[in-house]
Amino acid sequence: MTETLHETFARLATLDRDVLAIAWLSLRVSLSAVAIGLLIGIPLGAFLAVARFRGRAAVVGLLNAFMGLPPVIVGLVLYLVLSRSGPFGPLGLLFTPVAMVAAQAVLATPLVAALTRQVVADADEHLGEQLRSLRLSAPRRALVLIYHTRFSLMTAALAAFGRAISEIGAVLVVGGNIDGHTRTMTTAISLETQKGDLSLALALGLVLIGLVIVVNAMAALLRGHAARAYG
Amino acid sequence: MSGVAGITLTEVGLVLNGTTILDGLTLTIPPGGITALVGPNGAGKSATLRVIDGLLVPTRGRVHISGAGRRAFVFQKVSLIRASAAANVALGLAPLKLPRAERAERTRAALARVGLSHRAADPATRFSGGEQQRLALARAWATRPDLLLLDEPTANLDPGATERVEALVCEMAAEGTKVVLVSHNLASVTRLAADVIVLAKGRAVEHGPTRPTLLSPRSPEARAYFDGEMPWSSLAAAS
Repeated sequence: MTETLHETFARLATLDRDVLAIAWLSLRVSLSAVAIGLLIGIPLGAFLAVARFRGRAAVVGLLNAFMGLPPVIVGLVLYLVLSRSGPFGPLGLLFTPVAMVAAQAVLATPLVAALTRQVVADADEHLGEQLRSLRLSAPRRALVLIYHTRFSLMTAALAAFGRAISEIGAVLVVGGNIDGHTRTMTTAISLETQKGDLSLALALGLVLIGLVIVVNAMAALLRGHAARAYG
Repeated sequence: MSGVAGITLTEVGLVLNGTTILDGLTLTIPPGGITALVGPNGAGKSATLRVIDGLLVPTRGRVHISGAGRRAFVFQKVSLIRASAAANVALGLAPLKLPRAERAERTRAALARVGLSHRAADPATRFSGGEQQRLALARAWATRPDLLLLDEPTANLDPGATERVEALVCEMAAEGTKVVLVSHNLASVTRLAADVIVLAKGRAVEHGPTRPTLLSPRSPEARAYFDGEMPWSSLAAAS
């Protein structure tokens, strides 16, 4: 145990190339997925918050349910879509980082959309009547409310990042955990634990926790600064 | 401006969540000047403003605004977005699709009008209650409204802020904007409004020139309301 810990910190102290490469790939994949999730999820959530149409409650219910999508199921469906015989097979994306980004984006988007819908709907309670009185169209009201709640929406971004960086099922299925190509921190931790290389698994685990803490701390600082500026 | 020739509500009914808010409300608001809607809580004053603005659709009856032009609504609880004062004013101009230069000029002029030019870049949500209400008026004024609807614009303001807001409302009315004002502050109503409509239980029970109506109400509902609500001393002081 002591030896494992010693090796773990040695790997971290010497900036082990394997650890850095895996961490960098994980970060790239998850941040890309979160960016896609934000681009799709924020407008979708805001639209659902301000728009009134038949079946809206069902759509919102479905969206909330999708927050709990099992990653391995998402991976399986994407595997079928991207496999050689699937509709996107010719693109050759299976077992590539692009497929992993897609899988994590599918997981992140409903989370962002559902949290955005809640935040924007709360803001609409206070501002909605004024915005309708200004004769702003529904899309413009949604945009204004997104801008108004931009600091609160950081929570949605953080939740999506947490979901993406920590999931293993989807990226394992569509990425294949190929060394040096699609191996992320979570898949590597799982593999190295099974192989018995606990020091590498622990080092990756510490880096993963560190990344999550750093990203959350940066967001908290930004949000605090914004709250002081805008109330 | 002065595009509003008059507002007529005919047998307007409004039921919200099973509660009758307006019950066959019939009234005519004359063009020009300031008209006040007064009455006890639950009389339907704010709902009437919202029906006139189109924010609430009546369950029955008819709303007719002759010569309908641009409308603006200033709410009791001012709603501002987390942005600068200038951005909040410019937001009101967005639906008008003005050229960028004109939008900037109207924003600048509106802020100057309410004495907030020096705070154009400041976050609006950091403003005091009085400043926020003036900013809301600037946002309304920038659109050059023909009809300005005010829902208790001076509630929760100190006397100094109340005076500034009232002066702005008077100026806007003097320039030709028709102002319909809801207020519980009868001293303020006396200072501002040429005529007053008394509402009770979703109906108009009295309409007349402000001072005679407040001093000698004819309807029992108006008498009951004024007996309970009328701050006679401040009314006398306002004269």
